[in-house]
Amino acid sequence: MTIDIALKGTAGRFAIDAAFTVPSSGVTAIWGASGSGKTTLLRAIAGLQRLSGHVRIGGAVWQDDNAFVPVHRRRVGYVFQEASLFSHLSVAENIDYGRRRAGGEMPDLPGLKALLSRRVATLSGGERQRVALARAIAAKPVLLLMDEPLSSLDGAAKAEILPLIKQIGAHMPILYVTHDAAEVAALADRVLHMADGRVTPGTKTASLEGLSEAEIRALAEAALKAGLKP
Amino acid sequence: MDGQADIVTAIRVTVTLAAVTTLCLLVLATPLAWWLSRRRNLFKDAITALVALPVVLPPTVLGFYLLVAMGPQSPLMAWLHPFGIRTLNFTFAGLVIGSIVYSLPFAVQPIRNAFETLGPRPLEVAATLGAGPIDRFFTVALPLARKGFLTAALLVFAHTVGEFGVVLMIGGAIPGKTEVVSIRIWQMVEQLDWAGAHRLAGGLMVFAFVVLLSLLVIDRRLGQVERGAE
Repeated sequence: MTIDIALKGTAGRFAIDAAFTVPSSGVTAIWGASGSGKTTLLRAIAGLQRLSGHVRIGGAVWQDDNAFVPVHRRRVGYVFQEASLFSHLSVAENIDYGRRRAGGEMPDLPGLKALLSRRVATLSGGERQRVALARAIAAKPVLLLMDEPLSSLDGAAKAEILPLIKQIGAHMPILYVTHDAAEVAALADRVLHMADGRVTPGTKTASLEGLSEAEIRALAEAALKAGLKP
Repeated sequence: MDGQADIVTAIRVTVTLAAVTTLCLLVLATPLAWWLSRRRNLFKDAITALVALPVVLPPTVLGFYLLVAMGPQSPLMAWLHPFGIRTLNFTFAGLVIGSIVYSLPFAVQPIRNAFETLGPRPLEVAATLGAGPIDRFFTVALPLARKGFLTAALLVFAHTVGEFGVVLMIGGAIPGKTEVVSIRIWQMVEQLDWAGAHRLAGGLMVFAFVVLLSLLVIDRRLGQVERGAE
């Protein structure tokens, strides 16, 4: 089973020309500077934006020359940069929204139970993103897309959620968009580098080039925290 | 007492008219507001201006055209001739139609604003969680726009109670059918019944104040909930 994506076109001010194939397991980081078109690419894979080309996930064709499956039939999980929880629903109802429609189960994420009865407005940033993550996987997606999900969180909240993502990645393929080399080091099983709308295979070691000492230190700390052996 | 019975009848007609108009307008204005809140163009701007006309036109102008459109010679009425209806002027049904036209902007504007404030994100989230277009309209867009609906309902109800010119033009002043409170007050003054006019006018003052106060309270309360849930 592989994830086979080739998308080309212009959306807003971004020209995208990206083609890549990755095995459908583990965390694939799409790493690049802001403005390189990462978000546009991710939205196009979900079907939220339309580019030409194809998106094939294992045996399922989400998009090719003849077909464009609408977002709600794609079985895609999407975690946005802002948690974007439904403010008119409780935490439990937020998670139930996708779970009910997909016939899935309540995900068993550490620390989630205590949040279920809370109102969305009372959650901290880290708690929000945790709920957003639970909501996405409760809908039983075959592919989880994450767009800078940690970028608005502080260090402590990041350190709590990183291992959760790693854990989820063991069961379901994740495409993880980030500009943060430390997150790449902590999470990614493989790296795709994105610049000017184009995707090239990258390596984690190559990502050290041109980084300051402080950045490399942060990267190493994050890697240790995520359980990487020194 | 006769005068007392007249007043009660006028109040009953007014409240019934306002309630029916509010219900009809919420149903009619919702799809219109939704359509207007999506991508704007010149055609939609023209429709928006048309909807807003009653705000700036003298009620007599509106009443005049309604009188013509609902009269026996009107081509519109020709459609109703087979059902034995020759005119809607001086009927309660005609009054409802006039009130709907007159209060249309007060229903469309708040609902449209609420839909616009929503932005595309909550609907995108719902789509990735497997909700189709109609599903996400009813489970996400409508509940999140509830403030707009409450505002619209209150404004339309109050505005209909406050009608005078249009009602006078197309309703006549038939007690028990088309004579509303505002017309009753005018007639009391004509008959030099100052005490009766005082009572009714004072009642309307209190009513209008309560409505406007409710709007502010709703705005503050629901505004807090929404700000807390970003």
